[in-house]
Parts: sequence; C-alpha cells; structure tokens
Amino acid sequence: MNNEKAPLLEMRNIKKDFFGNQVLTDINLKLNEGDVLGLCGENGAGKSTLMKILFGASDITSTGGYGGDILIDGQKVSFSSPFEAIAAGIGMVHQEFSLIPGFDATENILLNREPKKSNIVSEVFGDRLDTLDRKEMDERAKAAIEKMGVSIDQHMMINSMPVGHKQFTEIARELSKEQLRILILDEPTAVLTEREAEALLDSIRGMSARGITVIFITHRLQEILSVCNKVAVMRDGVLVQEVPAKETSVEQITHWMVGRDVKGGSAAVSTRTHEDAKTILKIEKLWVDMPGETVRNVNLEVKEGEILGIGGLAGQGKLGIPNGIMGLYEAGGKVTFDGNEIPLNNPRKCLDSSFAFVSEDRRGVGLLLDESLEWNVAFPAMQIQNKFLKYYLGGLVKWRDEKAIREVTEKYIDELKIKCTSSKQNARELSGGNQQKICLAKAFALEPRVLFVSEPTRGIDVGAKALVLDALKKFNRENGVTVVMISSELEELRQTCDRIAIVSGGKISGILPASSSVEELGTLMLSNVI
Amino acid sequence: MTKDKFKAALKSFGLPRLIIAGFLLLLLIMAPFVGADLPTQISNIINRFSWNGILVLAMVPMVHSGCGLNFGLPLGIISGLLGATLSIEFGFTGPLSFLAAVVIATPFALILGALYGWLLNKIKGGEMMIATYVGFSSVSLMCMMWLILPYHSPNMVWGLSGKGLRTTISLEGYYIGALAKIGQINIGAISIPTGTLLFFALLAFAIWAFLHTKTGTAMTAVGSNPAFARAAGINVDKIRMLSVIMSTWLAAIGILVYEQGFGFIQLYMAPFYMALPAVSAILIGGASVNKATIMNVIVGTILFQGIVTMTPTVMNNMIHMDMSEVIRIIASMGMILFALTRKTEAAK
Amino acid sequence: MNKNTNKKASPNLFNLVQRFSVPLMFILICAVCIPLSGLSANMLINEIVTRMGRNAFLILSLLIPIMAGMGLNFGMTLGAMAAEIALIFVSDWQIVGIPGMVLAAFISIPISVLLGIFCGKILNEAKGREMITSYIMSFFINGIYQLVVLYLMGSVIPIKHGSIKLPRGYGIRNTVSLLSMRQKLDNLLAIQVAGVKIPVLTFIIIALLCLFIVWFSKTKLGQDMRAVGQDMEVARDAGINVERTRIISIVMSTVLAGFGMIIYLQNMGNIATYSAHSQIGMFCIAALLVGGASVDRASIGNVFLGVILFHTMFIVAPKAGAAITGDSMIGEYFRVFVSYAVITLALVMYETNKRRAKSAAGQQLQAAQDAEEAAGKEKA
Repeated sequence: MNNEKAPLLEMRNIKKDFFGNQVLTDINLKLNEGDVLGLCGENGAGKSTLMKILFGASDITSTGGYGGDILIDGQKVSFSSPFEAIAAGIGMVHQEFSLIPGFDATENILLNREPKKSNIVSEVFGDRLDTLDRKEMDERAKAAIEKMGVSIDQHMMINSMPVGHKQFTEIARELSKEQLRILILDEPTAVLTEREAEALLDSIRGMSARGITVIFITHRLQEILSVCNKVAVMRDGVLVQEVPAKETSVEQITHWMVGRDVKGGSAAVSTRTHEDAKTILKIEKLWVDMPGETVRNVNLEVKEGEILGIGGLAGQGKLGIPNGIMGLYEAGGKVTFDGNEIPLNNPRKCLDSSFAFVSEDRRGVGLLLDESLEWNVAFPAMQIQNKFLKYYLGGLVKWRDEKAIREVTEKYIDELKIKCTSSKQNARELSGGNQQKICLAKAFALEPRVLFVSEPTRGIDVGAKALVLDALKKFNRENGVTVVMISSELEELRQTCDRIAIVSGGKISGILPASSSVEELGTLMLSNVI
Repeated sequence: MTKDKFKAALKSFGLPRLIIAGFLLLLLIMAPFVGADLPTQISNIINRFSWNGILVLAMVPMVHSGCGLNFGLPLGIISGLLGATLSIEFGFTGPLSFLAAVVIATPFALILGALYGWLLNKIKGGEMMIATYVGFSSVSLMCMMWLILPYHSPNMVWGLSGKGLRTTISLEGYYIGALAKIGQINIGAISIPTGTLLFFALLAFAIWAFLHTKTGTAMTAVGSNPAFARAAGINVDKIRMLSVIMSTWLAAIGILVYEQGFGFIQLYMAPFYMALPAVSAILIGGASVNKATIMNVIVGTILFQGIVTMTPTVMNNMIHMDMSEVIRIIASMGMILFALTRKTEAAK
Repeated sequence: MNKNTNKKASPNLFNLVQRFSVPLMFILICAVCIPLSGLSANMLINEIVTRMGRNAFLILSLLIPIMAGMGLNFGMTLGAMAAEIALIFVSDWQIVGIPGMVLAAFISIPISVLLGIFCGKILNEAKGREMITSYIMSFFINGIYQLVVLYLMGSVIPIKHGSIKLPRGYGIRNTVSLLSMRQKLDNLLAIQVAGVKIPVLTFIIIALLCLFIVWFSKTKLGQDMRAVGQDMEVARDAGINVERTRIISIVMSTVLAGFGMIIYLQNMGNIATYSAHSQIGMFCIAALLVGGASVDRASIGNVFLGVILFHTMFIVAPKAGAAITGDSMIGEYFRVFVSYAVITLALVMYETNKRRAKSAAGQQLQAAQDAEEAAGKEKA
C-alpha cells in the first residue's frame, strides 16, 4: 500500500449547476499514468462540461465555478483559466479547430511557444523582438509529429490541408508541450477517414505507452473498446458506469448510455398509430448541405395528424432535414406535400405551402432580439399570409394593424404562459424558455398544416420543457396539425411523438414506434455514426 | 429605482450626445449676454434645418435595412445635380424648374441607386467603407463629366470658353426659394420657410408611414436580423436594394431642396464631404448604426444645425476667435467615432 | 501528385491575372498616356525618382497594420500631423538642416505614440470595421490638430517667431517655409546619373526601413501580428495578447508615417499647414493598391511598383488630358478619380473574395456528397 503512488488525476464529487440547473452530480474518477479512458454518453450527458471543468474553461468560472475537488498527483488544483491547466500538463483538442489558416503546420504547432534568439534590439525593447529560431522550430515540430506517430507535412499551409491533417496538427501541438501529461481528445475521429482514424488510435496507444494519460471522447464505441483500458459512461450528469474496457461490450455501453431506470417514464405517454392516415408529406432522396449536419438520401413519409420525431446524436445530420426542407441551407431531392411538389431552397415557397419552422438557433434565426414580442409573433404571419394588416387606398397601402398584432400576441402570452412585462418588451430580455415559447407562438400564428420544430427544449429549464412539449402536443391534437419534431433527447421524443426516425451518419437508420425501448432506439442511434 | 431608470436613460442617450445637447443649450443661453441677435439665430437654425432635413432623412431607409450609415450619399446628390442642371439646360424657369429638376433627377436616382444597391448586396458586412469610396469615385467621375458633357445654357457654362459648367451656378430666376416662399411667415427677424418645412414634413411622414406598412416592417426586420427575415420568407437582397434606392432618391431630392434654400447649385468637389454632416446629424439625434427614427432625424438636424449656426456668432462675440469650424469637426467626427465603437450595436 | 499540380496550373494563371488586374490596368493607362503627354524620358524618370524618394517611406508605413489584419490604415495621417507639429516647433527654434530633421523626428515620436495608442484603442472597440473607423479617426484628429495649430500655438503654446505666426498673433500661417531643410537630405550624397538626380541618402534610409520590415516579420512580435491578423480568436486561445499586439501595430505605423512625412516635407520644402496631411493617406493607400496589394496582403514589392505606376499616371495624366481635350483640368480630375476608383475596386474585391471563399467551402462539401451519393447508387 505504501509504495502505491497517488493517481495522476483524481476527480472527487464534481458538481456543477448552471443557474440552478444541475448538469453534473457527484462525479468521481481516478486515472493513472498511461491510462486511456473512453468517455461516452449522449449529447447533453455532461461530458463536455466535465472536460471544461478540468481544463479551466472560462464559461465554467464565469458561471460560478464548480463543486468538488480535482487532484493531480494527490495535490488539489483549481484552474481559473485554460493557461493554468496547460501549465499543469493538461492538453485539450477541441472539436472546432483552433489553427491559424495561413500558417504552416510547424508554425501552428509552436504557436506562441516559438523558440527564439535574442538580439541587440530585443535586449533593449523586450523579448517580443527576439527573432524566431526557424531551425529549432522545425526540429521541435518534427519531434512532436514523430511522437504522434502519424506523418504530416510540417511545411504545408493549414488552409490547403485535408481535414484529418488539421486534426493531427492540433494533436501534435499538444504533444509538443513538454509538460503534457493528460490529453483530452473531444471526438477527434469524427472528421477523420477510416484510415486516419486507425492511425490516430495507434498514436493514442503510443502516447499511453509513453505514460501520457488520454481521455478519449467519441460516439464510435468500437474505437473505445479497441484503444481504451477504461470506459466511463455518463448519463444526465451522472457517471453511471466505470469499468475496464475488457469487461464490457458495445451493447452494454449502449444500454448504459441511453437506458433509464425501469420506472422513469420509460413507456411513452400515449402512442397513436396513423397507419390509415394519408401521407401528407413525402421526402425523397433529400440531401442537405448544412455544415456539421449534412444528410443525404433521406426518404421519409409523414402521415397526416401525427407527431413524427427525428432523433440522433449531434452532428449526425438530424438538424439538416428541417433546415434543408425549409430552404435555409442548400438542399436537393424531392419533397411532395399533399400531392404537390415543393421547390427547395426557397423559404418563401415552403411557408406559402403552409409549413412552419421553429429553428434550433433561437437567437440567431428564431427571433428578432431587438424588437418587441408583438413583432416576433406576428411578423411571419403578416409577411406570408397578409394577416394583421389594414388596407387603405383600395389595397394599395398595407398598413400594420397594431391592435390585431397586440391581441394575437397577448393571446399567446396567455396560452403559453409567457413571462414578460408586456407584449412590447424586447425579445432579448426574456429567458430562454420564454423565448422558445415566443418562437412557438410565431409558428402557431402562421396556422400551419405541417410544423417543424427543431430542438424545442434546448437550453431551457425543466419546468419550461414540460410546458413547451405540452403546448406542442395540444397544438397537434386540437388543430390537427402534423408535427415533425427534431430532438437530441430520446426520452423527450418518446414522450411526445408517435413514431421516431433515427438519423445516424447522415442517413435515416430506422423508424420505430415511440413505444419501442430506449435500447432499440439507442442501437439505431449508434449504428453508423461518423 | 427611479435613479436606476434615470441612469439607464442617460446611458442610452449617450455621453457625447448629452455633451452636444448641453453645449447647444449653453450657446442659446449665452447668446443674449454676448450680444448675439437671438431671433436671427433662431431664424437661421430653422432655415438651415429646412435645407438639410431631407439629406439627413435619406439616412433612414438604409439604416433600417441594416446597410449601415449611408456614406455614399454623394451618389444621390449627383442624381439631384443632374436633375438640377438638366432642368435649367432644358429651359425651365421659375418654380417650375424645381418640379422639372425633381422629375429629371428621379430616374437617375433610381438607376444609380439600383446599381449601388446591387453592389452593396455583393459586399455585405463592408458597406460603410465601400459606400464612402463609391461616393468619392462618383463625385470625381462627375467632375470630369461636368466639364465634358455638352451643356450650353449661358447661365451655367463658363463665360469665356462657352463650355464646361461653372463651379457655382446661381438659381436666380430659376427655383431659388421655390418651396421656401410658399406661405413664408415673417415675424420680426424670424422668417419661417413654411413650404420647405411642409415638404420635409410630407417626406418624413411618407417614410414614417412606409415603415408602418408590410414592406416597411420587412425592411426593419431585415436590418434587425437578416437570418430571421430570410427564414420568414423575405427576399433580403430585394429589400436591401429597395432601401438603397429610397435613400439615393431622398438624397437627390434633398440636395434640390438644399439648393432652393441656399440659392446656388454647387458642382465639382462640393458634394464630396456632404455625407459626413448628414451622418453625424442623425447620430447626434440619437440614431445608431442600425436603428434610426424620424424623431432622430428632426432632433439631430436641429442640434447639428444649431451648433453650426450658433458657434461662430457666440464664440466670435465672446472671445473674438472663430473656432466654430474646429468645434464642428470635433463634435461631428467624435459622434461618428462614438457610434462606430458601440459594441452592442455591432451585433446583428 | 503530378495530376494535381497540372490541375492547379490553369486556374492559377487566371488567379494571377485577376490578382494583378489593377497593376496591369495601370500599365495600360501609363502606356497610353506617356506618349500623349509629350514628356521626355529624362524628365519623366527624374520626376519618378524624386517621387519615389518622397513617398516610399510613407507608403511603407502602411505595411505593418495590414500584417496585423487591420486593413488599410487610413489613420496614417495621424503620424503625418505629428510630424508637422514637430517640424513647426523645429522651424520656430531655427534648428536647420539635417540636425533639425533629426530633432523633428525625435519630437514626433511621443506625439505619434500617443495618437497611435488612442487610435489603436478605438480600433479595438470597432473590430470588423477598422477601416471606416480609422478613416473617421483621421478627420477627428484633424479637428484636434486644427485646434492646436490654429488656436493654441502662439496663445498657449509658445511660438517665438513672427514669420510662421498669423498676423493676428496666434495660430500658424497657411504655409510654413522649410527652406533651411529643403532637400537637405536628398542632396547629401546625391549623384547624377545621365542627368537624373538620385537622392542616395534618402534611398539608403528607405532601404534601411525595408530591411527593418523584413527583419521585423521574422521576430516573435511580427509572427504574433500575422497570427492575430489571420484569426484573433485562435491567437487569443494560444495566449497572445491580441489587443496589445494590435495597438503596437498601429503605433508603429503612426511613428513610421511621421518619419515618412518629414522626408516628404523636406523634399517639398514647405508645409501646407492645414492641407498637407489631408490627402496623404488617400494617395499613399491608392499607390500601394496600384502596386498590387490588397486589403489583407501587401509586400515591399507592391510599394515600389505602386509608387512607379501611380506616380507615372499622376505626372502624365494632366498633360495627356490636356492633349486630348484641350483642358488640363480633365487630367487633374482624372487622376483624382482614378485614385478613388482604385481604392473602391480594391475594397470591393476584398469583400467579394471573402464571400467567395465562404461559398467555395460549401460547394466543396456538396461535390463530395454528390460523389458519395453517386458511389452509393452504383453499389445499389
């Protein structure tokens, strides 16, 4: 017992809440030198938040820090910025590249850590006027690339590199840091080809042999089993399992990731079948070029009056489907509504065909943040259907009917229980949940026949979630509106929808009734993850 | 609570704006003490307001559609100048020549505005800088054109060579005071150009009304969040183009109104820096890079013209130093700088 | 591999022509105008050499902010104003010749640094619209400059010599003579080659600045500036102090512009107190762009090519214009128009290229997808 070293990294009772919204509960984790931990869980399970805490990210410190302790070599540490974490030997490769496009690999690997030579001028004016030691830079970059075990051209400009090489440049940058002991890789294989991914896994094995501890986040469970020695599964902010990789299987991990307690509302509230109903919307061979959410070859039939759920992990393409149909991103294929073909890439035509869309990008696309709630609710209906207008001069002048606008806004404020000071308040001042309700009200005011709702509960608290989902259901039941709801949360889909289509790897991997078990859906979700 | 509200109001009003308003107030209070003739001053302010109001109003449509401050105002002014000179060339005289100038300027403004709008749609995000240089290029191009174009009216071309337009053309006998003289009211030293004011009010009302129509609402939404507008089925480029054409046309009409008050047509480099006073006037009135109201136009023009007319006299009488030009530059440029550095207004 | 390079070759030629369209256009203009102007080769070369010595230093001062991604520094006029104030003091103190110029350079430094810091701070508040802000900044500081020179000098700031003061007792005259310094720098070590006077010392100073810029780009600070210029967020994540780096680049540009203005004015031999600086920014920027620079890329080569082409046009345009139309004003207006048009064109090209780069990324994605889809169909 005595000669057992303290673990390299230990996390004790890590807790984190964002404004009362508990996102992490009592996380305990121990890692030794050379361990490779596979960290998996659905989106929103808390993986990223946990890593951000470890890395001292500013959005953790600015939201009140975290509870619990982090120990490195048995010493308690607390990072208030990523720079402190880096100094303590932690490196992180993010999903988004952090590279200077016009620099070559060497310059990026050693960015702001370039070896320098001093000269007369810098003696006087400070070391920022040291000249760069290009030879030494080349050598150090070369050493880092060798350490990684994947060969990349160290003099190639980033903007002419294939995506995989950019990823490797980032990893080499972390490896070039002498003090590096713990490396966090956040879905590094998502952008790699199969061969590149294989090379990366080899490289991880090499790092581990050299005593570097790697935390590897991925949705490709097979990779975890092939490279990791430990697997940790997170769900709803709790670390549900931590086992040696040898003792588990893909099926088991999937089960842990998506499984709920037996009681926890595992059956959908009310499943209806619409098998006899006519197909109101038919999607054939749809492809959508939405960065990060591309889909191709989507074939889908939506029955009149149903609520169709579309689920899947982030980045797999589920968001591409509504955005493509509504013309917000470049798309191709054929969409038929009630027998008529709907032209793509033209938002106006979709809206004219009585579609409505609640975007997942609430603040970017969904709202006029600096205008009143009245404007937000009434605008599309006014522009598309000439509602809330008064006509003068024989219809020549279409005047905004402020009274009608206020009435409809107040109606929805009442119905959806939107908390605001008045209908004249600016949308920016509302909380996330209430902003989402405004987005719904905007779509309801269009009185659509088909409503696309994208991530309706993203970033809103539990109480508001239930209200939003209930409002959707009520709108569907009472007005007979067909709803297509896209969400990352399986549970939410199961409670709200009639059928659930799962998107994985940019394709529909299957459609199941909402009463199917979480495991069935979860398996589909992970079936061909890219 | 009220103190907080007061602070918030103060913050939204902005320190530079407060300083400028306070400065004008100070000038007005001091004017009688240093022996300046207050009624004349007030009359001056009203008149200058009537000359410049429409040029400032021309900022509004482009600000609303998110194209930023219209530094390309000279383009519209050139359309107006073409209308003015052609109207005289074609032999129109008296107040009728004003009407003719407006009619002739309109197609130029529409065509140039459409081209300008097309260009601005190509370079979204860099509008203001490019607008500035579009204005400059067009003014310098027209400098050549004024020399080359075959104008013949002896009242406009250089007497000696018989060709090439003069730098300043008197409107005596043409449309000098064409609007101002309609229902002009004279009370002592104060003369109120009722017609010009009414004309301004008419256009201001038209813009105000336009912003209350369906298309006007779409314009504001495009400026507020183009992604939202696009998702709501609005053709963003078309709305932006419309706003640019409106701004250009208003600038064309604005310069004609300015000339009928001022009494001269100024050609060549004169339109060069005309955008800057208009831009700073609307900003002083409380507008920002992406929000502007008719009230901003009225308040801003009064404040700006107030300072322009009051400073020389008051300063001269007080310290016998005419620092008005310098103060005008510092105040107006400071105001534009302030507006450009507001972060909240940079977002969307 | 071989295939790839072949594929790239043809669009490269097109891109090259497109990138250098402005210089090519100018070569054409010059080729047409030079014979029309009727100027002798000797005279023309003399003029160009003179203007090269006069302007090159000023234009070189624009390079550093471009490196730091802050675009064309319309605020270089700030340095020019600092230099004018310094020269006014020096001529008031009657320090003549080269020592006077050196002293003026030293006096201009603190003024330039202060103005540069102010300008840099404001530009940091207006990220994404640096150019329009620096452009308005030059007007704003011009107002302050007028306040100082026209009202404070002689009344608050002591000015001894009546010859540079306005008759009313304060304020500086419209023109301040620099006779004691006139071309002192140019004439020292000057040599005549085939009737062309070459101001060797001035050229040596310009060459030294070029060397400095080359050296500077190899320093840590230069590297940081390029990193900040390309992606502020990435640079910040890597621990580079973005704001400070940007301010330093503006300060350096302002100080260098000040030195450049001193060289410019010693060649002219007098200061047009209230107008010398106002057009400097525009002409320097136009010359740089004519040399093939863009808003985000400029080199020393662009500076010299730009000076030659732009000033050739500048010299010959009025004469050529007079020859064609019989009116010398046409040429004058033509060269002003061309200056503005060149800047407009460069700005438009910069903005459209930015957008094209974005849409190209989308097209690439789409092509990849189509290929995959096609492959999928084949399999099926």
